[in-house]
Amino acid sequence: MKIKFRLNGKMVTDEVVADTPLLEYLRSKGCYSVKRGCETSNCGLCTVLMDGKPVLSCTTLAVRADGKEILTLEGLQKEAEEFGGFLADQGADQCGFCNPGFIMNVIAMTKELEDPTEEEIKEYLAGNLCRCTGYQGHLRAIQAYLEAKQGGIL
Amino acid sequence: MKNQFVNKPVRKKDAMALVTGKPVYTDDIAPKDCLICKVLRSPIAHGIIEEINTAIAEKVPGVECILTYEDNPGGRFTMAGQTYPEPSPYDRLILDKRVRYVGDAVAIVAGDDEKAVDKALKLIKVKYREIPAILDFRTAKDNEILVHPEEDWKSLCPVGADNKRNLCASASDALGNVDEILADCDFVVEGVYHTKANQQAMMETFRTYSYMDTFGRLNVVSSTQVPFHVRRILSNALGIPKSQIRVVKPRIGGGFGAKQTVVTEVYPALVTMKTGKPAKIIYTREESQIASSPRHEMEVTVKVGANKDGKIRAISVYTLSNTGAFGEHGPTTVGLSGHKSIPLYSGLEAYRFSYDVVYSNVCSAGAYRGYGATQGIFAVESAVNELAAKLHMDPVKLREMNMVREGMIMPAYYGETANSCALDRCLSRAKEMIKWDEKYPCKDMGNGKVRSVGVAMAMQGSGISSCDVGSVTLKVNDDGFYSLMVGCTDMGTGCDTILAQMAADCLDCDLDKIVVSGVDTDVSPYDCGSYASSTTYVTGMAVVKTAEKLREKICENGAALLQVEKEEVEFDGNRVFVPGGPEISLKDIANQAMCNNTNALEVTEQHSSPVSPPPFMVGMVEIELDKITGQYEILDYVAVVDCGTVINPNLARVQTEGGLVQGIGMAMYEDVIYNEKGKNYSSSFMQYKIPTRLDMGTLRVEFESSYEPTGPFGAKSIGEIVINTPNPAIAHAVFNATGLWFKELPITPEKVWRGLHGKN
Repeated sequence: MKIKFRLNGKMVTDEVVADTPLLEYLRSKGCYSVKRGCETSNCGLCTVLMDGKPVLSCTTLAVRADGKEILTLEGLQKEAEEFGGFLADQGADQCGFCNPGFIMNVIAMTKELEDPTEEEIKEYLAGNLCRCTGYQGHLRAIQAYLEAKQGGIL
Repeated sequence: MKNQFVNKPVRKKDAMALVTGKPVYTDDIAPKDCLICKVLRSPIAHGIIEEINTAIAEKVPGVECILTYEDNPGGRFTMAGQTYPEPSPYDRLILDKRVRYVGDAVAIVAGDDEKAVDKALKLIKVKYREIPAILDFRTAKDNEILVHPEEDWKSLCPVGADNKRNLCASASDALGNVDEILADCDFVVEGVYHTKANQQAMMETFRTYSYMDTFGRLNVVSSTQVPFHVRRILSNALGIPKSQIRVVKPRIGGGFGAKQTVVTEVYPALVTMKTGKPAKIIYTREESQIASSPRHEMEVTVKVGANKDGKIRAISVYTLSNTGAFGEHGPTTVGLSGHKSIPLYSGLEAYRFSYDVVYSNVCSAGAYRGYGATQGIFAVESAVNELAAKLHMDPVKLREMNMVREGMIMPAYYGETANSCALDRCLSRAKEMIKWDEKYPCKDMGNGKVRSVGVAMAMQGSGISSCDVGSVTLKVNDDGFYSLMVGCTDMGTGCDTILAQMAADCLDCDLDKIVVSGVDTDVSPYDCGSYASSTTYVTGMAVVKTAEKLREKICENGAALLQVEKEEVEFDGNRVFVPGGPEISLKDIANQAMCNNTNALEVTEQHSSPVSPPPFMVGMVEIELDKITGQYEILDYVAVVDCGTVINPNLARVQTEGGLVQGIGMAMYEDVIYNEKGKNYSSSFMQYKIPTRLDMGTLRVEFESSYEPTGPFGAKSIGEIVINTPNPAIAHAVFNATGLWFKELPITPEKVWRGLHGKN
């Protein structure tokens, strides 16, 4: 099937087999930040933004991208560095395998929620699993990041 | 030597690549023309392949090869990544005629793309002769059904293994007469504690790719904790010399012990060897859940005897461990269930620790953070909490009376002395943090809910004494920057960074002047790998030794260039100088070493330790339990850890928090469940739930450091101990809320409800 969409700011026209998951298609286009941690929509590692909204690319067909704008971490390097620095300053990057999907959702959260509470942060990101950190370091990083943003440091 | 970086929360050197999603993992860097490999798996728990027909499957367009037991190239080997001679028995082939669990490898299919391979997998026709399976490990020992009847089964070490009895290992160790002392005690508690298999569930599943290089050698790139062991194991499995194999470790998406077993490496390696073509295998989550290296299921029988004043006099531990279909890490994990639980208590008049490790027809177990200590500590710490209840004594006070303290000898820990031990400080600090005296044992909230607290202590080791080897190469490059080459494996823990922190302090230089590289078995210095909590302690000491020697060499070259005696000069990190006299910069020394020089500014040193100093910790939890539904949640978890000098406080804290949450998952709901035919029902993240960020309450971690005289900068280990307190602490809190002891993990709300309503 023919699809036409915007990938990280660039227009792409392509022919895809109908049953190709978006995750595999994106990796085949060099978007290696998109990771698979399960095959059952449980881990959140494959999160990408479709028209600004986080979707799980392992269970979204590539053809769904047709007419849409897709952003992966490759297209959000500045934002990734900005928040990623806070994560690194907690040592909460750890193995890093869940970082891209997690950071995609943090970016989406900061656009969607204004001044979120701890509970709202946890709820918003509940679908992003991490086995290394125990999540407490994530929370410290997010709170420090939001504070810096509010304080106009970023 | 200035202390600029050790004990500082510096960023990991690879942090920015990881947070920006750079392609640094195995599958990101695999050649695009790799053959895709997949494994056909046994649908039955035990049987013999009578016939395997691949003719139709081979006709699928794009299929390159289908390999069966007839293509097996080498003899029996173990997939356990351990120092040779491995204590784990040589009991498996890459592909065997006998299948031993649901999920065991039957055939390997390699093809141009996934679709072709998937199609071929469905078209292979296999006829099995089923054999009754051993699915309850309590019935395995001396059962007439044998999991490994084969004559070429081999045990390399005297671990008490006997394949004709389904025994992977068996031994005992004792001090004094336990039965006599227990008979003389005022109080004895006895319990049987059952811990289940658990999955490490690292986010990156098992994966490997392989190819032939310019020199006709097999190159293997793998997500592994043990590259040098992979080289030996592949040589055994494939029947080719080690000199023909090179193993490279890129970034790893988590390990937790899972990748101390060579789970996937053999499959693409065999395909590359047979076809000459690059090949890769990426395990699905399902495969990682059913055909991997989970924690050993154990049943631990504990007796603790004490006088009525609370003096603990004797402990007896018997562990039955389930190694599953193969013996990976079977003989060694079990040892920790006694050797790292009993020594928490000092002044015992007697102890006994004995064990059996048995084969059964479920997935082979492996190494998982805590490595048997987790299981044993759940049992012993639960029994001590039960003893406190029986004595009507505060369990913290009971521990204060009996716990090991600095300077004490630990007879059940190979007679080692606790040269560094702040366990007493950990306990008193944890007690303050959680407000134990106010909260113990519980508070009825008046709405059907109860808040209660629980406590546990833990210990682990720092590397395997007189066994683990860490080596480091340091060299001076142009302009005086250093290369730090290591063979240990950073799996996200940050060891590349903390070793660089140590090197920078030893060499009085900036962290940025140290470039770390690892691991490539062709060029990295030998290291057994990152497991057994060894890297900071063992490889860290190798860094210290190497840097000392390199400083000497820098001084030698500097002195020669200054035309003075070596004894006259000093090195301050930037320059070699005679106090009050001439000097030469490191930059000049480095650059001049590239012209007419015979004293290479490069040093390799190795370290191994005769002792394995235990880190210690205390964990305390507060839960809220609903007495109507049995549901409970973690409100607060405090942990105070003595890991000696903390090399990087951020990384140590995150290690602790991560370990706690894995422990919380194990205590509350992580469970590998098999049906009556041996099929694993916990085969995805839908069935096998790991904690989310909504499940861990608030974690609070502090450090109470001792100073370990044999460790680098006074450091001990941190990686494993941190998983050991949640099980007993949570079981204790549940008791304090309900009056019920739960001795089988996980302690699910359903079990609590059944207990509360007399439905057990």
